[in-house]
Amino acid sequence: MAISFTVNGSQRDVAGDPDKPLLWVLREDLAMPGTKFGCGVGLCGACTVHLDGAPIRSCQTTLRDVAGARITTIEAVAQTPVGKRITQSWIALDVPQCGYCQAGQIMSATALLTQTPKPTDDDIDAAMAGNLCRCSTYLRIRAAIKAAAGTGA
Amino acid sequence: MSAPVLSRRLFLSASVMAGGGLLFDMAIPIAQAADASAVMLTAFVRIMPDNSVTIGAKNPEIGQGIKTMLPMLIAEELDVAWAQVRIEQTVVQESLYGPQVAGGSRATPVNWLPMRRAGAAARSMLVTAAAQLWGVDPARLTTGEGSVKDPATGKSATYASLAASAAALPVPDLETVPLKAPERFRIIGTPIKGVDTPAIVAGTPLFGIDLVLPGMLYAVLETCPVFGGTIKSANFDAIRAMPGIAHVLTIKGNGQAESLFDGIAILSESWWTANKARDALKIVWDTGTLTDFSSAGYEKAASERLAGKAETDIVRAGDVDARFSAAAKTVRADYSYPFLAHAPLEPQNCTALFKDGALEIWAPSQAPESGRKLVSTALNLPPEKITLRLTRIGGGFGRRLMNEYMVAAAAIAAQVPGIPVKLLYSRRDDMRRDFYRPAGWHGFSAALDAKGQMTALRDHFVTFGKDGKAARAAELGATELPAGLLPDILLEQSLLATNMPTGWLRAPGSNALAFAFQAFLDEVAEAGGKTLPDLLRELLSLKAEVPMGRGTFTSARAIAVIDKVCAMAGWKGGKGAKGSGRGFAFYFSHAGYFAEIVDASVATDGSVTIDKVWVAGDVGSQIINPLNALHQVQGSVIEGIGQALSGQKIVQTGGAVDQGNFDDYPLLRMPDAPEMDVAFVTSEYPPTGLGEPALPPVIPALVNAIYAATGKRIRTLPITADMLTA
Ligand code: FES
Ligand code: FES
Repeated sequence: MAISFTVNGSQRDVAGDPDKPLLWVLREDLAMPGTKFGCGVGLCGACTVHLDGAPIRSCQTTLRDVAGARITTIEAVAQTPVGKRITQSWIALDVPQCGYCQAGQIMSATALLTQTPKPTDDDIDAAMAGNLCRCSTYLRIRAAIKAAAGTGA
Repeated sequence: MSAPVLSRRLFLSASVMAGGGLLFDMAIPIAQAADASAVMLTAFVRIMPDNSVTIGAKNPEIGQGIKTMLPMLIAEELDVAWAQVRIEQTVVQESLYGPQVAGGSRATPVNWLPMRRAGAAARSMLVTAAAQLWGVDPARLTTGEGSVKDPATGKSATYASLAASAAALPVPDLETVPLKAPERFRIIGTPIKGVDTPAIVAGTPLFGIDLVLPGMLYAVLETCPVFGGTIKSANFDAIRAMPGIAHVLTIKGNGQAESLFDGIAILSESWWTANKARDALKIVWDTGTLTDFSSAGYEKAASERLAGKAETDIVRAGDVDARFSAAAKTVRADYSYPFLAHAPLEPQNCTALFKDGALEIWAPSQAPESGRKLVSTALNLPPEKITLRLTRIGGGFGRRLMNEYMVAAAAIAAQVPGIPVKLLYSRRDDMRRDFYRPAGWHGFSAALDAKGQMTALRDHFVTFGKDGKAARAAELGATELPAGLLPDILLEQSLLATNMPTGWLRAPGSNALAFAFQAFLDEVAEAGGKTLPDLLRELLSLKAEVPMGRGTFTSARAIAVIDKVCAMAGWKGGKGAKGSGRGFAFYFSHAGYFAEIVDASVATDGSVTIDKVWVAGDVGSQIINPLNALHQVQGSVIEGIGQALSGQKIVQTGGAVDQGNFDDYPLLRMPDAPEMDVAFVTSEYPPTGLGEPALPPVIPALVNAIYAATGKRIRTLPITADMLTA
């Protein structure tokens, strides 16, 4: 039986193993590879998406878990006002290096600014500590969040 | 690596280059113009009818910014505005494009002239075409923003309008084609953002893992956790019967880690399904005595070796024994460091299609051409039957200089002709199937005279290798400073056997040697009643130049960055307020000179906080892209700190690796990324690379800072809290 939920505003019905993680549902069943696989066990944040507006690790969230939920992914996050400011700030500061972690970083940062429009350094650390960047773009991620929040130095 | 070549033959062959079938947007061969009216000028430049210019980026992009930087060199000399430029990744064809490798921070020195010459040659052809059209002397014509102009008549023609006639002209001599004087640069030296940044931010498919081909199957590959183990038997039929499993294949290896180990491949339309099926896989492996290899065993063997005589000399200069007998003071200390994994965030993957006796491969590889050779040998397929396309790469760090995933993907695809196959490692596969930065042990001693001058240095290096030859990335060179400067020096080594595949990790060799040598020299400096910068200045005053590998080490360049970083940080020695300290280190690697200072605080629970890092580097006369240069330095420094402080250590037990994910192999996270000041000292030397040389000195600068803060010498990595609380 298919499980229904919305992704970036469109309703999707996905049949298959309800234990399949949302990460692989997005990448394989819905042909949306923007959400990335880094660790598969909730340690790297590369797979971060929004579930009803909250950041979640899609590798740790099953198809069953998202029944009826509203999912937003990197492919459409820039259509939200905060997501738009974040992605523009990311481009302005040229945040990415290899770029592989950045979808997850942007999703976490957008969730942070939606919740806390003027985050402190501690807020940023707390919200972003779950997102690894192997290329170590952390200094620019922090600066880009501040720039988007209008709290930049 | 061979010298950079961009021969005339290379240019002439551009027009006849054939393109294969293609489904992946970013891998369109540059010569395969979508628009029939576009014109190729040289192998790298395509002039479009709307006067936009497409430039081929030939090297693998791993986050080092090369896909932006090499086209900047071409665009500069072609004399177009950056806004006119579109960039495409070229296919892998070194006969056409020259070396296509991301390694050794070599792309800048190798390509600095050839890429500029490519742009200048195309410009010269366009100018000649305009001169012929207008019947004037080409010498009086100028260019700019993609047009040729005649200042005398005010005439102007776009490159697009001249391209067809320019393409019919002979290619000028690349050795003599005039290049811009640096003061006329308008692109080189300006901050240019990454060409793929907007696509990355939009979540556009770019990476190897993102590539989807029609009818593609995903593959997982189980290999023996004990490196080199072979298959005795497996429950193939049980796996085959599982829902969603398309094929279960035996992969017969050749026993070489860098090529192909034995394995079982499981194929499915879903990677998740294939990977889940592995839980039910039961393989009986033949591991023989390979299970005897372990980190505990290496530790024991290394301390035994250090206590005894070394096997061979690396360099023996002067009379070290005499200096030690005459010494007023000696310093002795042992240093060691662990195996490290690369752990790029995009797990290893490769997509391959075997059809009609030919292979097409999409590979996130740093050294694709050597991968092609391995595939050719392993599958007994002529190299010309293998088409290789590059994808953007989610982090390299040297891991993807190895190509075993390419060989494995090809071997799997060869068993299912006509079906594209994407092999994707799980994180655990990636962690346990790496080519590790080798562990190493150093037994140092130094002699000082009555005035506190260092008079001799000895290092007994225990590393991995066999038959007198160090393993890959496990070498200590005969030119390791202060060798070459200090007249009396002895570097010698002993080798341990291992089944651990070893490989190059960003700043290979240097990332470990800088720690050991610069931390030990800090001890020597202290014994001599001075600071490390002063000890280094003394050593550097002994000789103006030291020949080294491909080039020459110039002492004045080292002194300049040492002076610079000391001035930036206001260096007055290491002592700080209670619990905090300042450390310095200098290291020369990949032709780059870097001096760094770290301020660190150590809490009573042994936790270390980095308060600030200062970096001064000299990579020659020109920083090509200042924006990316800063990013490379920031990334290198933070990576080095992560190696030292995050608990990174690969441990082997029973022939296999223990760690499997980011819980037991942690990377540095955002809260620990320190503030940083970076300055470049420009010198008169040709530009060199920045992917690596900023990394090595930060680790010894950090441990030297910890010593200044606590009085405790860190002689083993990684740094753990118990080292600082005991
Ligand atoms: S892939 Fe989900 S947290 Fe790493
Ligand atoms: S940009 Fe490479 S992992 Fe973050």
